[in-house]
Amino acid sequence: MSEAVSGEWPLYEVFVRGKRGLNHVHVGSLHAADDEMAIRHARDVYTRRNEGVSIWVVRSSDVTASSPDEKDPLFAPSGDKVYRHPTFYEIPDNVPHM
Amino acid sequence: MDEHSLLASFESTIGRHERIEPRDWMPEGYRKTVVRQVAQHAHSEIIGMQPEGQWIGRAPSLRRKAILLAKVQDEAGHGLYLYSACETLGVSRAELTEMLIEGRQKYSSIFNYPALSYADVGTIGWLVDGAAICNQVPLCRTSYGPYGRSMIRICKEESFHQRQGFELLATMMRGTDEQRAMVQESVDRFWWPALMMFGPPDDDSPNTAQSMAWGIKRNTNDDLRQRMVDMTVPQAAVLGVTLPDPDLKWNEERQSYDFGAPDWDEFKAVISGNGPCNTQRIAHRRRAHEDGAWVREAALAFARRSNEESHE
Ligand SMILES: [Fe+2]
Ligand SMILES: [Fe+2]
Repeated sequence: MSEAVSGEWPLYEVFVRGKRGLNHVHVGSLHAADDEMAIRHARDVYTRRNEGVSIWVVRSSDVTASSPDEKDPLFAPSGDKVYRHPTFYEIPDNVPHM
Repeated sequence: MDEHSLLASFESTIGRHERIEPRDWMPEGYRKTVVRQVAQHAHSEIIGMQPEGQWIGRAPSLRRKAILLAKVQDEAGHGLYLYSACETLGVSRAELTEMLIEGRQKYSSIFNYPALSYADVGTIGWLVDGAAICNQVPLCRTSYGPYGRSMIRICKEESFHQRQGFELLATMMRGTDEQRAMVQESVDRFWWPALMMFGPPDDDSPNTAQSMAWGIKRNTNDDLRQRMVDMTVPQAAVLGVTLPDPDLKWNEERQSYDFGAPDWDEFKAVISGNGPCNTQRIAHRRRAHEDGAWVREAALAFARRSNEESHE
């Protein structure tokens, strides 16, 4: 485990179901020592205002992404690094004006 | 594809006002600029908890304590959204924290000013979060996807921050003469530092043009500062406070307020480490980080052991 070497908690991707009838949507990521803690942190960080009825978390290193090969030349930073996680979905929130 | 055509496709994405996403090819300068701006922004949210956090235990009622606690917790959340956006560019959280506490990355100059009176909690909400909103609303359309999405979440939460500050001040203004004087004194102290939050004037902001060409920034510093002044003057009138600027007056022709220049020497001193609280802010952050080390290690050790046990 690489995180054991650096001492950094692994990165998790967080998906939230906003309400019944909607898909889980990617909302961001966070660090946690294990799955259970990731769920707990996700609740605190991403759903402080009842933004969700259900949360999924998945280790970023377990996400397999399609690779846009033609855009990945040799000199580009490699696409499979843990931190280069793709953000799959647009967040359907509107921007409020004060 | 060679670098030339990659650059062309990057620029055409920017030109179509579409977003750049983490796995896209991007020029190294773009990546560095986004990392610097998002990290600085994240650090500001985290350090920004300190001045107000000191008032949680001293806020005058349970209601005010609960509001302030929720606000400070939001700022922690904002920092975490932004760190997560920054990490999509290949920087680790640990590195970002190190760069903050070693002074290699900056945070907003405003948080190096102290919160001396309880009225400052209101003024910070009204003016500092108000300035943050001016800055952040256009950043919801910034060209780097994860940054823009973080900004959308943040903006949804910021209006509560500004409103609770305004309401706190309005309540004090309905109180005693002493309370009104406390509000005015606080506004006098925060007005200029709040205007400095937009950064140096445009003719002294060498990176703005490139950042705007890349769609990272959407407005110049002076544009945003003007917007802040125009928004705030009528709010100050409703509140019944004056703003400490003798040059502040309506310009009929421009349909905007004219206003004086902040003390840029003070601004430079504060961002280069010589503000009233720079040392204290970083020392506090460092202490919190170091004091938490055993917790981070223990949680990892626990996770590792649970993992082994479940495989036995
Ligand atoms: Fe914030
Ligand atoms: Fe805020």
